[in-house]
Amino acid sequence: MLRRRINRLCGGDEKRLDSRTIYVGNRPCPDTEAFIPSKFCDNRIVSSKYTVWNFLPKNLFEQFRRIANFYFLIIFLVQVIVDTPTSPVTSGLPLFFVITVTAIKQGYEDWLRHKADKEVNKYLVTVLEDGRSVRKESEKIKVGDVVEVVEDETFPCDLILLESSREDGTCFVTTASLDGESNHKTHYTVSDTEKDLQALTATIECEQPQPDLYKFVGRMHIYQQEQEQEQELVVRSLGPENLLLKGATLKNTKKIYGVSVYTGMETKMALNYQGKSQKRSAVEKSINAFLLVYLCILISKAIVCTTLKYVWQSKAGQDEPWYNQKTQKEKDTNMYLKMFTDFLSFMVLFNFIIPVSMYVTVEMQKFLGSFFITWDKDFFDPEIEEGALVNTSDLNEELGQVEYVFTDKTGTLTQNNMEFIECCIDGFQYRYRDTLSEVDGPVNNQQQNAGQEKEELFLRALCLCHTVQVKEAGSEVLVDEVDGMDGLLPQPEQETGFIASSPDEIALVKGAMKYGFTFLGLESKCMKIKNRQNDIEEYKLLHVLNFDPVRRRMSVIVQNNSGETLLFCKGADSSIFPRVRPEEVDRIRMHVERNATDGYRTLCVAYKKLSAEEYAMADAGLMEARLALQDREERLISVYNQVETGMSLIGATAVEDRLQEEAAETMEALQGAGMKVWVLTGDKMETAKSTCYACRLFQRGTELLELTVRTLKDEDKKRDVKLKELLQEYYKKAVLDAPPVRPGVTRSWSTANQDYGFIVDGATLSLVMNPPCDDDASQNKSFFLQICQSCTAVLCCRMAPLQKAQIVKMVKNSKGSPITLSIGDGANDVSMILEAHVGIGIKGKEGRQAVRNSDYAIPKLKHLKKLLLAHGHLYYVRIAHLVQYFFYKNLCFILPQFLYQFFCGYSQQPLYDAAYLTMYNICFTSMPILAYSLLEQHISIEILLHNAALYREIANNAMLRWRPFLYWTLLGIFQGLMFFFGVRFLFSNPALQDNGQVFGNWSYGTIVFTVLVFTVTLKLALDTRHWTWINHFVIWGSLAFYVFFSFFWGGIIWPFLKQQRLYFVFANMLSSVSAWLVIIILILLSLLPEILLVVLRKPRGHHSQQKKQSQSNVGGNQSPESSTRPLLMRTFSDESSPVV
Amino acid sequence: MRKSSCRRGGTPEDIRMKNEEEASERPDNTAFTQQQLPAWQPVLSAGIIIPGFLIIGLAFLGIGIALFLTSQTIQVLEMDYTGVEKDSPCFRCTSPSNQTCTCEVTFSLSTLFTGPVFFYYGLSNYFQNFRKYGVSKDDYQLTGDTQYFKSPRDVCFPYAHDSKNNPIVPCGAIASSMFNDTFELYQIINGTKKKVPLDGKGISWWTDYNIKYRNPLPVNGSFASAFDGTVKPINWPKAAYELDLTDPNNNGFLNQDFLVWMRRAALPQFRKLYRRITEGDYATGLPAGNYSLTVYYNYPVLSFDGRKKVVFSNVSWMGGKNDFLGIAYLVVGSLCVVMSVVMLIVYAKFKFSDDDDA
Repeated sequence: MLRRRINRLCGGDEKRLDSRTIYVGNRPCPDTEAFIPSKFCDNRIVSSKYTVWNFLPKNLFEQFRRIANFYFLIIFLVQVIVDTPTSPVTSGLPLFFVITVTAIKQGYEDWLRHKADKEVNKYLVTVLEDGRSVRKESEKIKVGDVVEVVEDETFPCDLILLESSREDGTCFVTTASLDGESNHKTHYTVSDTEKDLQALTATIECEQPQPDLYKFVGRMHIYQQEQEQEQELVVRSLGPENLLLKGATLKNTKKIYGVSVYTGMETKMALNYQGKSQKRSAVEKSINAFLLVYLCILISKAIVCTTLKYVWQSKAGQDEPWYNQKTQKEKDTNMYLKMFTDFLSFMVLFNFIIPVSMYVTVEMQKFLGSFFITWDKDFFDPEIEEGALVNTSDLNEELGQVEYVFTDKTGTLTQNNMEFIECCIDGFQYRYRDTLSEVDGPVNNQQQNAGQEKEELFLRALCLCHTVQVKEAGSEVLVDEVDGMDGLLPQPEQETGFIASSPDEIALVKGAMKYGFTFLGLESKCMKIKNRQNDIEEYKLLHVLNFDPVRRRMSVIVQNNSGETLLFCKGADSSIFPRVRPEEVDRIRMHVERNATDGYRTLCVAYKKLSAEEYAMADAGLMEARLALQDREERLISVYNQVETGMSLIGATAVEDRLQEEAAETMEALQGAGMKVWVLTGDKMETAKSTCYACRLFQRGTELLELTVRTLKDEDKKRDVKLKELLQEYYKKAVLDAPPVRPGVTRSWSTANQDYGFIVDGATLSLVMNPPCDDDASQNKSFFLQICQSCTAVLCCRMAPLQKAQIVKMVKNSKGSPITLSIGDGANDVSMILEAHVGIGIKGKEGRQAVRNSDYAIPKLKHLKKLLLAHGHLYYVRIAHLVQYFFYKNLCFILPQFLYQFFCGYSQQPLYDAAYLTMYNICFTSMPILAYSLLEQHISIEILLHNAALYREIANNAMLRWRPFLYWTLLGIFQGLMFFFGVRFLFSNPALQDNGQVFGNWSYGTIVFTVLVFTVTLKLALDTRHWTWINHFVIWGSLAFYVFFSFFWGGIIWPFLKQQRLYFVFANMLSSVSAWLVIIILILLSLLPEILLVVLRKPRGHHSQQKKQSQSNVGGNQSPESSTRPLLMRTFSDESSPVV
Repeated sequence: MRKSSCRRGGTPEDIRMKNEEEASERPDNTAFTQQQLPAWQPVLSAGIIIPGFLIIGLAFLGIGIALFLTSQTIQVLEMDYTGVEKDSPCFRCTSPSNQTCTCEVTFSLSTLFTGPVFFYYGLSNYFQNFRKYGVSKDDYQLTGDTQYFKSPRDVCFPYAHDSKNNPIVPCGAIASSMFNDTFELYQIINGTKKKVPLDGKGISWWTDYNIKYRNPLPVNGSFASAFDGTVKPINWPKAAYELDLTDPNNNGFLNQDFLVWMRRAALPQFRKLYRRITEGDYATGLPAGNYSLTVYYNYPVLSFDGRKKVVFSNVSWMGGKNDFLGIAYLVVGSLCVVMSVVMLIVYAKFKFSDDDDA
């Protein structure tokens, strides 16, 4: 009570308190004298970044925060302020273009957001105010308002459900737009509130807004007016099941009333949509490094020129010859100031070496290039009618650089399409056979039957111990709807559908159905099942002890007709076995382990009869824990653990989770491409191991190094001592004794190297990562990492989601910072998807969370192969070439201009005309490289897919390392020298026309520029291995455009130009045979090294490619065509062929 | 360009919209979207490369030989007349006190100097390509726009006004520094001087003469009065309208010597066309014999260590004499031929080794 007072008094300081108090209907509570409404934010959603007023300054500010834009702005300002050789237009125009295009794009995007916001904020909702229904705009909802929502409407803010039109006080919602799960979720009203909303006086105390969609704790104080004077205070606990989230949609329920608790930007949805941190690709880092080099080149060029200028000028008569005298102002200027302005002028003159257009082209390439992923019909999955999804185009090239693949198991490697395979009751194995089901009774024994009683108890347990809902066949809406869970699978024989959060549960319920026990549904806390005799049995559902990944089990407490209270529990063997009588374990353990090695998911089922006292205790404990505001989770778990003891084991189930289509082929291809595949799963070791075998991650020759709880507890040493021992042993084995591996090659086809597989489990991992004592923790950690890195495949089982991210982070930050990729389909993979360099989501069954947080989303695992081997490889090659080419072409563009300074008295005389300076990067040479960077396939997609080893050729950022950069730079320097000095020697006699007339400086520049444009374009043509008509069009088109433009530019007296310096220069140049000849020979000479390299490299490259191809055929003898395939390696695609 | 920021952090409405779109949009199955456009994949096989190199090499060799031979046939006669050495004929003109100085350079030709002979003057260590120098002119004046005669552009400073603040036309450093040595060529036949006619037409670019530069329109029928209120550039002996009083078509801004000077040279060592020898007895060339060149020495170059020279040359289809091109073609051509041979060897070797592998 005191606490609430304080809350009220400090309403303004809400943020600092850990709970908030809400008055339902904004009515004062009887026990408070003064009602002070607390201030909460209104229900307006603002996702837009700008307003009309602040768009220009804010957008410009953000754009100029980019280092490149800022650099060009500085250059532009220098040009405006200082008297520089080139006009401000030459750098201002491209900058203006870039800034404008970006601003328009961002403005448009923000306009769309504004529109969406407005739509949401102006949406009319019904609010109950003083007993009347008032239509209000959604943005005007205040915290504490009672809101009415009708079917198929989305909730305008986060609501606590008070009253539902359904009689059992439930309502159904779908959260498809929040987390993509399209199944119907049941939410419950707070008991005792649904009587009369007008008379309801209550306060809600709940936690401050937090983004976790699935967590909510709160408490409701209801003041019941039973007699006029007496008010009874009732307290009810509130959980996520009472909270309706903004963005979710009401389904299958006519109308509900709820009180708003979080509004506007404080709703869970809004909190969840805050931007994520930008991922930057390795290529971008390379670009920045190269940029730095070029900046150094630029500055040193400017310094060299400035220094030489003053050295040269110090010679008598050079500084101010009589024909070029200075103005009085120039003479008066301070010497150092002059030097500084000279330096700036040189900077401006050479600034084109850092290409402004590269950023635009790279962005365009990434943006347009990502469409090819979306468009790829191979990624189209007819089942879900969707193709790949690109959430960010910044990482396209990173797909070609992946070194570590972290994959989830369930739903990623496997289909998450569960099928009940067999069960084991009391130690006897039951395997279901279709043919006998109806005639002989559903249970078909193989050797012996367990007792009838045990059998039925087991099946009842399967029918009762779950949270499955029956899809209501009566409602037409639901029949038509293709539901996220079950609708994907054709179920002709099945008249009832089930909805559950986990497909295992459906598989189990369906399994029980096959044996004659059908779950009919849950109605007002009463579960109905139809038994073998077609009688309906009813059980009162008392409590559900929810599943969570830490406990790895769930239980229900039910009461049957005869008044017995039963607890049914199902869960992973490791969590069940310690809680049952040990003598029962052995018979079943054998089955469980055999099933696990077969790759099935096993669950054990146990039960317990609760005496009245036991139940009363449990009930009280649960109620108390549920009402707790603090540490509710922990308290609940401790109560759960108390209740779930001393059970007796009934049996175990085996559910098959089939491998994804082509999972094994995909994994093999990834390993062949030099990637290391790590499986991170929450599943148990045996199951995960069998999946790994089935995916060929582990092969028969693979020696497994196991670092799990099992191997640690063998002896009577302490765990950390044993851990250290094992780590050292494995380290010696896998790292020290292994022959040194050549970089880039991790698993060659024919070597006799021992392959190692490493298995670690979550508990051990946390021991390594967060050791209790930290004396040799760092050594353990480094050993662990090195063992992991030298193994071909690593399996991490029993992982919590955060541990997955921890592993990814560890590898990501290890030496050489390898590129990591995470692929997963479920909410539990989100953390690792966000952590890895590239996150891939699979549009699987576990909702859309992974897809939403991923960078790329694909429908199936098998698509990963093409995404990486073909798309990733090509994107990387394209962008790497793009970057190198850009630096190269600007180097040989500016180098002649630099060299010219030595011949013009360091006077910053530009070699090229301003039009050429401006247009070079924008028009003359931009399109061919863009087309190249979008269309190039230096190796065809088929070969890339067929021959995974090709992926290794570009590993470790091979095309953007310093060596290739140096090569390109030297090429640029060589060509720049060629261009300049070739023309220089020609101009030793400037009489180049047959009429004896001489050429001037602009002719000189134009000849150099013509050679330059042709050479860099033809250089690209030489590099192009894949000439589509577009390439032809842009390459020849660019050259034609250059010639056309030059004619045009020099053919007219342009009235807006002060100097007609290029007038007829180009045409005169073409009339000179010598100019033609020098252009031809310089182009050829510049390209000669390149041609030679292509020619001399070609035969080798070509043949090795063929060789590799044949090798891969030899090595890949386990490819689908071969007949001798181990039994374990079956996949869905194999089995779908008619076996019977 | 932050396209990703929007795409990733979209509102749920965006996401839903996107989902719906995708569901309806099956990817287009076109060659372009599937990256399956028909494409030519150039395979630089030895069968193409080796003959290709050979052909290019031979062609270049051919061109190179032609260029080289042509260049060899071109006759050039260069004479430095700066007068640095004491015994040179123009030495006495180098002293600044000598205002109007004439000197005579004699030379003899042993064979016929084939015509048409082109007469160039050359300057070295003279930077016509200074940036400030290069922009120091007013194109509006030079197109004959008299409005700009009174107010020259700022870039002309300090060559825009004389000491009395009268506007200079044509203004600017280039015009002001116009080369003003003049030459007369005589053939000495039996001790008597026979003047060789020099043709001053057609030495500038056709477009410069006909389009780019324009004279101001005559005022009251007098060309000179169009320049009223302006003064001649300080270094000029005569005003612009007096450059060639004999030929009105060669006067003013359209004076060919002026036009040649205004086209800036690319390098600090350059030559510019002065006259052609195309007329009379000398149309076929300068016959063998002794000649005397009278130099009206006006242009100072020694202050910046410059040199002046005259060049007599005839031209071919490739222009003036230039050995560089011919040699370059010969080198590259032979390089290509050698390369093709090397490649043939390399290719043969690889082919055999491949056979071994197979």
